Amino acid sequence: MVITGNATAAYGAMLCRPDVATSYPITPMSEVAEQLSAFRANGLMETEMVEVEGENSAMNVVAGASMAGGRTFTATSSWGLSFMYDAVQHAAGFRAPIVMVIANREAPGILAVSGGQQDIISVRDAGWIQIIVEEGQEILDTIIMAYRLAEDYDIQLPVMVNYDGFYLSYMATAIEIPEQTDVDHFLATLKEQPKRQVLEPGVALGCGTHGIEKGFVELRYRQCVAMERAAAKLDEIDREFGELFGRSYGGQIEEYRIDDADIVVVASGGVAGTAKVAVDTKREQGIKVGLIKLRLFRPFPRQRLVEALNGKKAIGVIDRSVGFGWDCGPMAMELRALTPEIGIVPILSYIDGLANLDITIPHIERAIDEVQSAALGKSYQEVTWIPLEE
Amino acid sequence: MVHNDKFMFPYEGAWSDGREKLLCLDTGSWRVTRPVLDKEKCNYCSLCALYCPPQCLKDMGDHYAPDLDYCKGCGICARECPRGAISMMPEGEFADDSAKR
Repeated sequence: MVITGNATAAYGAMLCRPDVATSYPITPMSEVAEQLSAFRANGLMETEMVEVEGENSAMNVVAGASMAGGRTFTATSSWGLSFMYDAVQHAAGFRAPIVMVIANREAPGILAVSGGQQDIISVRDAGWIQIIVEEGQEILDTIIMAYRLAEDYDIQLPVMVNYDGFYLSYMATAIEIPEQTDVDHFLATLKEQPKRQVLEPGVALGCGTHGIEKGFVELRYRQCVAMERAAAKLDEIDREFGELFGRSYGGQIEEYRIDDADIVVVASGGVAGTAKVAVDTKREQGIKVGLIKLRLFRPFPRQRLVEALNGKKAIGVIDRSVGFGWDCGPMAMELRALTPEIGIVPILSYIDGLANLDITIPHIERAIDEVQSAALGKSYQEVTWIPLEE
Repeated sequence: MVHNDKFMFPYEGAWSDGREKLLCLDTGSWRVTRPVLDKEKCNYCSLCALYCPPQCLKDMGDHYAPDLDYCKGCGICARECPRGAISMMPEGEFADDSAKR
């Protein structure tokens, strides 16, 4: 089937049979809400669709339904994500296993109806698991995997599945829609685990409340431990998905031509596809470069990155967002935090692709050349805003 | 990593037990006046219980009685009672049974 990224997300959600779904339309994800409503209207799914007056209500509806034991789905982007921010944090504190797709777009501050990753960066400390995907099929497959991750008894955390707004959201590609019975089978594993606690009429339970201060510390601590568990769990789920469906994505990170590489480019989202082409070209020119596609952003795939980056001579990180208060991109800053484990190597931060600007193959080739030069011990510029230098 | 037996809540999620852990805040100790019911005037309409912020008015079958472990003495029940059956009395007048708490 040739469908847009948004339609693909709606198909992914439908296949997981959510009990409750709601979404307030916003560019560039409105089509997800439209498609889901169409599925419901045409009798293709039994999900209860709740009409809401805004994103804040949307998140509160799915958080409540999730605490009552339901499987839930929602979608948003940028301003919508900002408008639901208190509820986003609440949902994580409630340990509500919601799956939400986000068609990434520039966040408020400078008006831009255009793509970028500033929206997910602005919620990186909200307590959600954050996965970033590269292309259409990966959107659908990751939504299915996200339910396995969110509803895992040991995790019980909400998951954001991120794809590039405007690029992936509107681009139509050939998508393989898995058989419903296969998806049912893949998700049935969740029924074998202990039942998670949900709201019970007549039973006095608090959710996201604690009574006394030490209770607060315990809930926060357990939230963090659950988040840490998600990293290795995603690798496991990804492998199992591959065995059943014949497609897998590397789990926390995808390593492309990394093994014998001297230098590495780190990117996420659709840019990773462009970067693979640039890596291939530069390999032909004799530069031993590899690519790491960052799929999991929260929890940060520390262990996998350390293993992949150990012994590499220089790293270039491409960010489609800015990091206020640090003179580099947010993902570059996080890579720098690995220094005690991977040693002191040049880490070059590239800021590109803001506000829908294309990150082109020449942009990435230029970055590779500079990273290679830094690896050879030459002086280098730490941070480069590519659009300002073109 | 802290071992499980150090945890006070038995659930993996964000759930706390309302009976034991959630209501253990000693809000009764904040009280300076206490609701006292004139049973002659009470017609068991339940408005006092509906308005009670900590929901500590217990149904006694023919009237409602405050659970003094949690009653903060806010006086909303007395204010809302349509028959004026509840008066707020200074806590000092109950020195003897206050000491029991």
